[in-house]
Formats: sequence, structure tokens, C-alpha cells
Amino acid sequence: MLLQDSKPRYGEKAIQGLLAACGILSVLTTTAIVFSLLGPMIGFFEIVPAKEFFFGIDWTPQFEPPSFGVLAIVAGTLNVTLWAMLFAIPIGLGTAVYLSEYASPRVRRTVKPVLEVLAGIPTVAIGIFALTFILPEIIQPLWPGELLGGAVGKPFMALAASLGLGLMVVPIIASISDDAMSAVPHGLREGAYALGATRAKVAVRVIFPAALSGIVASVVLAISRALGETMIVLIAGGSTPNFTLNPVESIQTMTAYIATTATGDISTGSLDYKSVFAVGAVLFGITLAMNSISIRLTRRYREVYE
Amino acid sequence: MSGGPSSVTPRNRLAIAGARATTAAMLRDQPRGDVIRNAAFAGLLFLAVVIALAGLLALLIQAFVEGAPALSPDLITNPPSTIFPEKAGFRPAIIGSLQLIAGVIVFVVPVGIGAAIYLEEYADKSRWWNRLIEVNIQNLAAVPSIIYGILGLAFIVRGPLDLGFILVAGSLTLALLVLPMVIIVAREAIKAVPDSIRQGSLALGATQWQTIRSQVLPASIPGIATGVILAVSRALGETAPLLLVGATVFVTFDPTPFSPDGYSAMPVQIFNYALRPQEEFQALAFAGIIVLLAVLLVMNSFAIWLRNRYEQRW
Repeated sequence: MLLQDSKPRYGEKAIQGLLAACGILSVLTTTAIVFSLLGPMIGFFEIVPAKEFFFGIDWTPQFEPPSFGVLAIVAGTLNVTLWAMLFAIPIGLGTAVYLSEYASPRVRRTVKPVLEVLAGIPTVAIGIFALTFILPEIIQPLWPGELLGGAVGKPFMALAASLGLGLMVVPIIASISDDAMSAVPHGLREGAYALGATRAKVAVRVIFPAALSGIVASVVLAISRALGETMIVLIAGGSTPNFTLNPVESIQTMTAYIATTATGDISTGSLDYKSVFAVGAVLFGITLAMNSISIRLTRRYREVYE
Repeated sequence: MSGGPSSVTPRNRLAIAGARATTAAMLRDQPRGDVIRNAAFAGLLFLAVVIALAGLLALLIQAFVEGAPALSPDLITNPPSTIFPEKAGFRPAIIGSLQLIAGVIVFVVPVGIGAAIYLEEYADKSRWWNRLIEVNIQNLAAVPSIIYGILGLAFIVRGPLDLGFILVAGSLTLALLVLPMVIIVAREAIKAVPDSIRQGSLALGATQWQTIRSQVLPASIPGIATGVILAVSRALGETAPLLLVGATVFVTFDPTPFSPDGYSAMPVQIFNYALRPQEEFQALAFAGIIVLLAVLLVMNSFAIWLRNRYEQRW
């Protein structure tokens, strides 16, 4: 008998268990997030009616009596995200199409890492840039007069935060969409060229639709990043809850409310403390939904091309 | 039968000339509008690239122009000051950031690699709990950083772990934040090692763990290191969660890991300076940005270089 059962290797089993524990830790993290949000949130809803929270449009926790209408700061988040996407989607997709269909390999090799550097800039730096450069040097001089209330003389503005956010997510959209478009089989391109299509037509009518799920996934990911970003909106967007989508108003987002309220000295049992968790739960729910869409789309796009 | 030009009959020639004229006419007519549209489209795309790069460039130039007056050795050696902005610096923040990062590395490297090995080498993908872990990690990677701050506040600073506002609590919060990123990159690196390597090792009688330890891991180390560096650079630039777990204090002394007196970090100190209206503090904030960007740039370039240098083709 040359082959026989090896010794029962307990060490191997122990190592496998240890490694599995590392994986399980990630599930525990999610569980911990959900539980740490749920506890104080339930406490919050014992005091503030859920109806007032989910449908109210006045967010004035510091007033007496306080009002907790989360829609005011949800609107702030949507405001900055909307305008950020109107800037970032054309710029990001344009960059992606250029890199994938027009740029020479040498240009592509240079531009892509530079964009990756942009993706690595700390958001606190982008926020300060938005407040001290984008707002006074770009928005205020270029904004057409009194449109929507005018931009001059305002120290904070949703649009400044939006453009900062846009700058932050352009590399995400550009990089992932470029990967999706580059993954489209070459035969499709060559077939279209052989039929006499121009580069623009190949890009728009052949490559773009073929890579659509990857492109949409990149946009969804960018939206979820913009929704969850804190520092840029905290620095440049202001701190006045405002139920509006007007880009030249000062606003407050969900993340900015959390960051300004839950600083070190807040007392654990207070209503303010609990409200942070209720807002956090709303934010967590929204980003989770966005992310599930993104994961599903990415998976579908992988099935097609691998 | 030779097909050379000499065998072309007049009738052939007529047909060829006709075909050529038709083709030329079609090529000449069709592009007219398209040529312009094509050029306009290319111009728009190029404009998009220029705007993206100009944004980056403007950010860098502004930081250098505004921060240059405050750049001096004092920046690194002096503590912050509210009274003497010309002498104020980032010393406690830099020391705090270094300790935070050390803590992140100590936690994230073993746990991140361990989870990646488990998912790639051991986990049976047909089991629901393994798929749960996978989806869960993908979801965690997209949870906003401020939510990790809430987790750190409710779970690490207070609640179950109850560590208080100490530097280690900040470290753990940042570590949880970047853990999914490390796991995802490490899995890619492990996945890239071809199966034949594993089978060869197993056929020689090595156990599964021996195979992983002496074959799979050494081959995937460059990829894993790249992921760890990128994760650390993310943790280094992260501000929002630290605001919630105690790094808001205006610290003038060198922080230590377990001291209850508070701690600071580079991005938090930059934020703090930027909030002050005086011009000197604004300059300090920009000088801090220059220092932080320089460190991050070196780290990220090293990571990209590492990825390209050791990218193995099997």
C-alpha cells in the first residue's frame, strides 16, 4: 500500500479555521454597523414620530421645539449629487471614450495613471480647493448674473461642492468605463469600420452600447461615492439645511450633518446623538441600494465578455 | 491562367473603371458631413480630457502658490498654535498619522490577506455562507466613510469595546474602512497565480497550507503589497471618520497610542487650519496639503511601479 490516508492534520484544520475567521470578520463588521445604527435609531423614533422624520422638510434640531424632517438634508445630498453628476458624467465618459477609442497607446499610458493620482487626492484637499478656488475663481465670475438668485457674495454654495465632488468622481467613471469599452471585442470595431463607419459612429453606435452595463455600473458607483462623501460638502456646501435643488444655495447634506453633530463632545443619550444614527441609517440604506445595483450590473457585464 | 495585368481585357478594364468610379464617388460623398461631425466629436472628447486634467493641475498649482510661503522645517517640527501662526506646524498631527497608519497596517495585513486566502483557496463557492461573505465584502467597500465613523463611535469608542477617544480607536476605525479594499486586491493577486503551480505542489505531497505558504503567497506578494499601499494611502488621507472618533482636539503635544488626552492626524489638522479665517492659517493648511500630497504621491507611484515591475506572466 503506497497510498494511504495521511495523518489527521489538525494544524491544517486550525489554519483553515483561522482564515475563515478573517472572512467572517467582514460579516461581523456589517452586523456591527447595522446594530450600532439600529439601537439609537429606535430610541430616536420613540421621541420623534417616523412620519415627521421621513416626510418633514424642516431640519432644525437646534430650535425649540426641534424639527427633524430628514427630507431637508436628503435634498441637500441630492442637490450636490445631481449637479456633480451633470458635470462628471459627460467629462468622465468623454475621457473614457477618448482613452479607449482615440488616444494612442502612449497617451493612454500617461493619462490613465495621472487620473489615478487624481482619484487618490484626499477629499479634504478637494474641499478646500472647491471653497477657495472653484467658488471665487470659476463659479462667481462665470455665473450668469441673477439667475436663480445669483452667485456673488455667497460664502458657501452647493455648486462649489458639486464641482469638487465631480472632480473626485471623474476618475472613477473614466477608469471603469474605459475598461468596459476596451473589453469590447475588436471584431465589432473592425466590422463597423469595414462598413465605412467613422470613428465617432463606431464609438457612439457600436462600442458605447456594447459596453453599456459597465458604463452604467461606473456611473452608479460614482453616484454612491458622491452621496456618501463628507469633507467636500462639509467644507464648501455650507451648513444650512435647505429643501431645494437650487445649485447656488447654501445647503447641508446628510453626511455634513453627521460630521458636524457627532463630534467628540456629544453626550450619548441626547436626541442629537440619536438623530445622527437615524440619518446614518437613511444614508446607509441609500448607498446599499445603489451598490447592489452596481454589483448586479458589473456581474452581467462580466458574463458577456469573459 | 495568369491573372496579371496583361490578361485584362478591355471589357474587364471597363468594369474596373466603373467600380473604381462608384467607390470613389461613394467615399467622397459619404464623409462630407461625417468628417466635420467626426472632428467635432473628437474635439469634444479631447476637451473632456483637458477639463479633467486641468482640474487636477489647478488643484496642485493652487496648493503650491498658496502654501509656498508657509513651507519651512517648522511645519514638521513645531506643534500647532493659535497665537503664533508663523511658528505653527503639524508635528503632533504627523506623529498621530504615523501611529494611526502603523495600527492600520498591523491589523489590516494579517486579517486582509487571511480573508483573501480563505475566499480564494478554501471557500466552497456553492455554499451560501461563502457567497454571503463575498457579497458582503463588495458592499462594505462602498459604505460611506462617515458610516465607519458612526460604527467607530458607537462600537469602538463607546459601546461593546468602550476604548474611549484614544488613537487606537481611530486606527481600528480606519482599518475596518480599508479592509474590504485590501481583501479585494489580495484576492485578485491570489487568483492570478495559475492552478498548475498549486497542482504541482500538491502532487509533490505538500499539504494545502504548505502549498499556499511556499508557492501561492510568494507569487502573489507584489499584488498584495500594491493593495496594502493603496489602502494605507487611502487611510492616510481620510478625515471624516476621524472627526467622529475623537481626532478633533487641538493637540499640541506628541500623541501616544493609548493616551486619553486625545490625538490628531494630518488631514484633520489641515481641516482645522482651513476653518480659521486668518490668512496665515490658510497658508498653513495649503502647506499641509502639499506635505500630504507629496507623501501620497510617493506611495501611490511606488504602488503603481511595484505593480508594473513585478507583474508576472505565467
